[in-house]
Amino acid sequence: MLDKHKVRLYQIGLLVGSLTLWEAMARYELLDQFFFSRPLSILSRLFELLATADTYRHLSITFTETLLAFIIGTALGIGAGLWLALAPMALKVLTPYIKAFNAIPRVVLAPIFTLWFGLGIASKVALGVTLVFFLTFFNTWQGVREVNPVVLANARMLGAGRGHLLRHVYLPSAAGWIISSLRSAIGFAVVGAVVGEYLGSAAGLGYLIAQAEGVFDTTGVFAGMTTMLVFVLILDWTVSRVERRILAWRPAASAGEEMI
Amino acid sequence: MIEDGNAAVRLRGISARFGSHTALEGVDIDVCEGEFVALVGPTGCGKSTLLNVVAGLALPSSGDVHLLGETMKGPDRRTGYLFQQDALLPWKTALDNVAAGLIFRGEDIKEARLKAQVWIDKVHLKGFENHYPHQLSGGMKKRVGLAQILILDPNILLMDEPFSALDIQTRNLMENELLRLWQEDRKTVLFVTHDLEEAIALADRVVVLSAGPRASVIGDFEVPLARPRDVMEIRLTEAFLEIYRRIWGILRGEVMKSYAR
Repeated sequence: MLDKHKVRLYQIGLLVGSLTLWEAMARYELLDQFFFSRPLSILSRLFELLATADTYRHLSITFTETLLAFIIGTALGIGAGLWLALAPMALKVLTPYIKAFNAIPRVVLAPIFTLWFGLGIASKVALGVTLVFFLTFFNTWQGVREVNPVVLANARMLGAGRGHLLRHVYLPSAAGWIISSLRSAIGFAVVGAVVGEYLGSAAGLGYLIAQAEGVFDTTGVFAGMTTMLVFVLILDWTVSRVERRILAWRPAASAGEEMI
Repeated sequence: MIEDGNAAVRLRGISARFGSHTALEGVDIDVCEGEFVALVGPTGCGKSTLLNVVAGLALPSSGDVHLLGETMKGPDRRTGYLFQQDALLPWKTALDNVAAGLIFRGEDIKEARLKAQVWIDKVHLKGFENHYPHQLSGGMKKRVGLAQILILDPNILLMDEPFSALDIQTRNLMENELLRLWQEDRKTVLFVTHDLEEAIALADRVVVLSAGPRASVIGDFEVPLARPRDVMEIRLTEAFLEIYRRIWGILRGEVMKSYAR
């Protein structure tokens, strides 16, 4: 308990210390404010942003894109992962294609998706999906492959059919892998949304940051980044709550390595 | 000799080859209905492989398995298998683990849980229904495993050194527990172990396998000890030592052979 408080204290100290250092260096002109801005002006910009109704429109658009990319991407990833793990023939046929697609840097797809799906939400969701899909896919596949063979044999002997094995053995066994991928997936979904917006859109957090960057407004860029940071932390926290509920059966040591 | 009709498990000429390695060769075993047969042999002689063949989890390279008069074609619903390692579904509570087989067989979940509760009580786990396997001790997990199988009322019980990972006291307790449950309706049991004492204390008959490779049956002994037995007490009786000496006379050489390799 004491140790935990100590860690928390150091964590806060580190944050306050580095922000103070940044602020001081900017004030005494060791850092050029034009390039680096400073924490207090970023903070006041944040308050300005939060007071503007338009900000929430941008946020809700990014949120929608993130959520859609996350849901569609994980659903497809889990589905494909389960299917390929249980259908060795299909896996053999598709492996080189999966590897090839996964090797494409996703950013270069953004302009194509913009062409195909327009400047609106759809192109960002598509970009996010390509990022999220492969992550959940590989994790699900791995999770299914690591099913304990004795547990599997036992379930078979108890009379489990294909559907039962999927529901009562493969899925829960892969759940740890799937869920640990969900936390990274939510980050990827945000990346997909924001990068998509950044490269071509008329709304969203990425658009706000791109606009600020376009006029060399570093304070605006940092304010946008901070907003995004908080946004991702909240999403990550939500997923970790879900994770703890689903993985309640696990020994405490390996269940939730809490970072926040 | 055993009549053709009442052999619950009949193995004829079972061989198991893995590549160029022949683990089992020409194994013939009959287990009568209601009989408790222990299969002993030095470690690595292919006992577990043989049991997997009987369970339908592995196919023999040659030979036939007959269960209850029919040729076996794969995992059979009338067979229960207690594994050596932890085989419980770790994401299910003790109660749901016991209920699992019934649910797999299409029973209603509520109904299955009610029946599972009866079995939880029967194996003395009242109060631990909602514990997950990792929260249970080794002995408790084995009790859950036993209930998980017995709830399905199988005709044939296959056991693969089920208690070998337990400490000696827990192990003796579990052996007595098994005998008590078995006494109720005398299912056919094929019990694999490398521990001769355990084999004699539990079984009606002890079948000895030779050291691998090419392991086969080299001894078949009736155990003329009265039931009900207490596995701890019975080890001290003269009759127990007598049969132990006879079987050990054969088994010793095989154990030495398997050490020498």
